[in-house]
Amino acid sequence: MKKTLMTATLAAAALAGTQVASAARDYITVVGSSTVYPFATVVAERFGKSTQFKTPKIESTGSGGGLKLFCQGVGTQHPDVTNASRRIKSSEVDLCASNGVKDIVEVLIGYDGIVIGNAKAADTMKLTRRDLFLALAKQVPNPDGSETLIDNPYKTWKDVNPALPARAIEVLGPPPTSGTRDAFAELAMEGGCKKFGWIKDIKSQSKKLKKAGQKAEAKAMKKKYKAICHSVREDGPYIEAGENDNLIVQKLNANKNALGIFGFSFLDQNSDMIQGSLVDGKQPTFESIADGSYPVSRPLYFYVKKAHIGVIPGMKEYLAEFTSEKAFGEEGYLTEKGMIPLGDSKRSQVAADVKNLKNLSM
Amino acid sequence: MNSTEKMNTIDLVNKNLAKRYRAEKRFKAYGIASIGFGLICLVFLFTDIIGKGYTAFVQSYIQLEVNLDADTLDISDPNDPNQIAGANYIGVVKKALRERFPDVSGRRDKRKLYRLVSNGSGFDLRKMLEADPSILNTKQTVWLIADDDIDTYIKSAAKDGKVFTGRVDEQAQGWVKSLMDNDEVETRFNTVFFTNGDSREPEQAGIRGAIMGSLFTMFVTLILSFPIGVAAAVYLEEYAPKNKWTDLIEVNINNLAAVPSIIFGLLGVAIFIGMFGMQRSLPLVGGMVLTLMTLPTIIISSRAAIKAVPPSIREAALGIGASKMQMILHHVLPLAMPGMLTGAIIGLAQALGETAPLLMIGMVAFIVDIPGGVADPATVLPVQIFLWSDSPERAFVERTSAAIMVLLGFLIIMNALAVWLRKRLERRW
Repeated sequence: MKKTLMTATLAAAALAGTQVASAARDYITVVGSSTVYPFATVVAERFGKSTQFKTPKIESTGSGGGLKLFCQGVGTQHPDVTNASRRIKSSEVDLCASNGVKDIVEVLIGYDGIVIGNAKAADTMKLTRRDLFLALAKQVPNPDGSETLIDNPYKTWKDVNPALPARAIEVLGPPPTSGTRDAFAELAMEGGCKKFGWIKDIKSQSKKLKKAGQKAEAKAMKKKYKAICHSVREDGPYIEAGENDNLIVQKLNANKNALGIFGFSFLDQNSDMIQGSLVDGKQPTFESIADGSYPVSRPLYFYVKKAHIGVIPGMKEYLAEFTSEKAFGEEGYLTEKGMIPLGDSKRSQVAADVKNLKNLSM
Repeated sequence: MNSTEKMNTIDLVNKNLAKRYRAEKRFKAYGIASIGFGLICLVFLFTDIIGKGYTAFVQSYIQLEVNLDADTLDISDPNDPNQIAGANYIGVVKKALRERFPDVSGRRDKRKLYRLVSNGSGFDLRKMLEADPSILNTKQTVWLIADDDIDTYIKSAAKDGKVFTGRVDEQAQGWVKSLMDNDEVETRFNTVFFTNGDSREPEQAGIRGAIMGSLFTMFVTLILSFPIGVAAAVYLEEYAPKNKWTDLIEVNINNLAAVPSIIFGLLGVAIFIGMFGMQRSLPLVGGMVLTLMTLPTIIISSRAAIKAVPPSIREAALGIGASKMQMILHHVLPLAMPGMLTGAIIGLAQALGETAPLLMIGMVAFIVDIPGGVADPATVLPVQIFLWSDSPERAFVERTSAAIMVLLGFLIIMNALAVWLRKRLERRW
């Protein structure tokens, strides 16, 4: 009897499994960046409450992980939308195409600022991107002026820049898997790295070589340039504090000497405990990020599988809700959550492109 | 000579006696110190969680005089349910706020004013009007949920110590003060927390969706793992020959019990989602993955329970002519049931607190709709805690702790049930 029971249960489970697999999905599935997650979820919730469609399901997988899932193929078992805190790479477009995901709509929704901050009880730091590069890079240009690299010798901020306090360099930041880290390396560190003429020359040489048709050499040069500008030191001063920005905020509060790297929305919500450092003389505020004067900000995107529009109910309406003025507009509800809106003309262009479901062009 | 030797032994004993007593005392003290350390950790954990989380069980409400006139609501035909559903409730709330604070002018200030109440309050008004259409075109005094920023401010002002103002500036603080002076602010038990699904607005976020998700997942786990585990245990204990193969199986089962749970998650992704093409985030898939994880626990405890049934009972049953199957079904299983159930409950309690394998199969998702079955996307309680702990909104801090308290409550209930079952059903020979 027990065995028949067992076989029956197994059979029932298998049956249920196949049913679930074949059943049509009636809700939108979204994956992708943990930075866009707080914004996408707000839109999804409003969309679910104000329409007759089901609330979209949103999974936070990171930008890279999301695009990987997204490019897995066309069909209801694959996600319909993926969020990204960086633009899709051409290698990812190729991966998508090889799996039959050919038509993709790209939507730029706004910007997010990356804040370098510390506890409010400590004094405000006035940093430049050059300081950040010199303090956190794995290898830095030799201080004697020769065009060589040495392992980062700097121990205190004063070593980096005499105008800064003589405090040990201690920065809590996200691990390499995070989109925030990618953006920080690209915007803050590379920004400071480029200030050294001979390093910048490597990049322009790479471009020249590419024009001359020497692709392999160009690639090698570019790789060298990236290795210099994007490598973060591993000898202690940069502490990987995990993907949880709340944790970084708490740790900053406990350690007054440390700086932290996190998204602008966390500064916005915890303004009683932490303050943002000035970068190149600009304070991270809503306005300075929106007008582009704060240098460390990045674009936020989402990508839509065109083949699923019309198959999964509510796709078009979700897109319309996301790109409506009341959502991503200047006074929209996404700005209340800390997203920095696009400029007026850019916004109307995005909205129009989404309406026509314009294909992604790299 | 003999007596002097005896004297010497007693002297020797007496000499060492004090030292032995001291050693004994120290040995006892180590045990007490260990327990003390454990208790201190526990007390610290609980005071931290409860201290942070108890405020989440109350919620501030703001009283407003709302005029539900059909013009502002944009309702031309009160009998049309579509119009009632799509009416401009937020407009009515905004108007009520402007009437309450008539001297607020300017776009910016007005927007700030509208943020006093939750933007979900419109849905509450809709529910009211749907329940009783006769209140259309009347003035109603309603209590609306306060926005999370305001709620956090009011709560921190009620506590001693530093007041957390956050995004509430002085002007808004003035409004709140004026409301409080007129008794138009009230804190009530936070029912929303227990009746709603997840939300990005902390004041509208609840754990009902996560609890239902946990229940469905546990249901699938129990339905699958208990019969399979018991059948395996019965075969291994009663039928299996003792040879290299069964030894190998036994070693493997014991090994599986110690495998990190994330491995089962990877397995689940590869098999259930990759090969069978199931959707992500389903309690069904989650339950199957957790089944893999709980099976070893259930098999091991079931085998122990079956082993504990005295052989005399088996022999007696066989002696009066019962077949082996009858002996197992009529005698061994009923007697072993309490032990097996205890094992199953403890295995399930473990599965209830599990997060890692569920991350892999996509149960870490933002899901607002409350799941209605095993094939609806869902999250579970520990994952909900994880998601909230990562949210920027300040008001989610207390909700995270409150959700931990609810999860701990469930675990205590399950473990107490296991103890109670054992006490009640266990037989001694």
